Amino acid sequence: MQPVAKTGIGDRLSGLLWRYPRLLLIVLLVPPLLWLGVIYIGALAALLVQSFFSIDEFSGLIDYHLTLKTYGELLRPANFDIILRTTLMATAVTLAAAVIAFPVAYYAARHAKGHMKAFFYLGVMLPLWSSYLVKVYAWKLILAKEGILSWAVDGIGASAALNAVLALPVIGGGSLSVSYIGTFLVFLYIWLPYMILPVQAALERVPSNLLEASGDLGASPRQTLRHVILPLALPGIIAGSIFTFSLTLGDYIIPQIIGSSRLFIGQAVYSHQGTAGNIPLAAAFAVVPIVIMGFYLWAAKRRGAFDAL
Amino acid sequence: MHSERASPWLKIAAFAGLAFLHLPILLIFVYAFTTEDRSYQWPPPGLTLKWFAVTWNRPDVWAALGLSVKVAAVSTLIALILGTFCAAAVSRARFFGREAISLLVILPIALPGIITGIALRSAFSLGDVPFSTLTIVLGHATFCIVVVYNNAVARFRRLSGSLIEASADLGATGFQTFRHVILPNIATALLAGGMLAFALSFDEVIVTTFTAGQQQTLPIWMLEELVRPRQRPVTNVVAMVVVLVTFLPILGAYYLTRSGTDIAGGGK
Repeated sequence: MQPVAKTGIGDRLSGLLWRYPRLLLIVLLVPPLLWLGVIYIGALAALLVQSFFSIDEFSGLIDYHLTLKTYGELLRPANFDIILRTTLMATAVTLAAAVIAFPVAYYAARHAKGHMKAFFYLGVMLPLWSSYLVKVYAWKLILAKEGILSWAVDGIGASAALNAVLALPVIGGGSLSVSYIGTFLVFLYIWLPYMILPVQAALERVPSNLLEASGDLGASPRQTLRHVILPLALPGIIAGSIFTFSLTLGDYIIPQIIGSSRLFIGQAVYSHQGTAGNIPLAAAFAVVPIVIMGFYLWAAKRRGAFDAL
Repeated sequence: MHSERASPWLKIAAFAGLAFLHLPILLIFVYAFTTEDRSYQWPPPGLTLKWFAVTWNRPDVWAALGLSVKVAAVSTLIALILGTFCAAAVSRARFFGREAISLLVILPIALPGIITGIALRSAFSLGDVPFSTLTIVLGHATFCIVVVYNNAVARFRRLSGSLIEASADLGATGFQTFRHVILPNIATALLAGGMLAFALSFDEVIVTTFTAGQQQTLPIWMLEELVRPRQRPVTNVVAMVVVLVTFLPILGAYYLTRSGTDIAGGGK
């Protein structure tokens, strides 16, 4: 190739960028940072500011003076119950997801090979990526009174047991689709893959000679699991719990479709900004998951969970 | 080495977990053929193909599908450009604030969707931006950047800097280097990231409920049917088609990236 005479503006530009890598860096960074900075951070800041406004109870208009009054309203029993309920649900979903995810992740990480490995990978990935609403819809079909679950329970003659569970206070209800149990099952189902993947990643990094050493030193498989595998898998479990916890905290569609009429944080945000027109209270409610997740992430970082992501 | 033998209980628990993930989706496929149109009765009283024809002739379903495809295509394009730029910068150099940029890109998907949604909505109404297809795209592109970024950054890390230097030494201009050296190396990662971004946008509902005006994307259409079921058979068919359509990009992205250590999709 002959030496190119650098005359075109494109050539001069590319030469310039080659000689000054910092300039290239700036050219590359400005568009995405502008987009995220203006649209996203700007929007978050707008949200944060609005949570310090308040609403005039008589006129229903927004009072633009900065105040902590709206945050004070969060502590009213009705609102505080919503926060408590959502946090408890997120905790229950996270714990259950960890229990179910662990064997799947363990088998996929340490036993599955070749085609089986791909099978497990896609087996987790396809449900993770299939449509969120379709998955919720599937559970509406499953939990309906005339649906497959009642049919199966009836088939094995356990209807009495199901009715006894539904008769329990708080978690029970008229049918599974309008009870906390139903909401819990759907949350668990939808967020489970987010727990499996990081746990699997953490387990794949456990060196097998550690397990052999543990066995050679006389540990039973149960002891190896308890004292070697679980501590090493913990960062993965915490990483997964970040997803399950955060996603449950912020969801407003699942409790709206499957569950009792009692509100979750997401629903409170949605209804206050929509029909009620109380944007400040909606904004204050939206700040709650951010704060909870902030503490959660800080604690998770201390346990080294981010290396497992 | 995988020397330990799996205990039968582990195997049962693992496969039961997978079954739990898949059976509900399979159920959708059965319901698309049921003759029952007023309840979710199981087992189906009979099987029929007629709802496929009914759905085919529904203009509202086609309109919603069309809007979803349009929004997903534009958002993916924006995310591809911005995500690749960001990945190139972050993987090329170490600079002040590099960690902050990774965090900034991931934030829209790390925070619950409702926060992204209400933040965008209140910002749009503060700025008097009317809700339209444009506002939907603005929201979608924002959280799609991260999937492109994740795929591209993993590939850029493997792309050796000496290739680019060699290209320049041999007289290629920056644009020639990009066209003939960089692009072929990152193309499959971009394609995979783009497909995942498309799938993510095509399916998104939470942010969309906040940023849409009267427009109905397919997920919004489905959400209305979920809240107030009016045409159960049509919803069943739409649900089945959506499952099939979203499987394609996922499988595609998997086969495009499986040779490397970085596999697409892990960062949804």
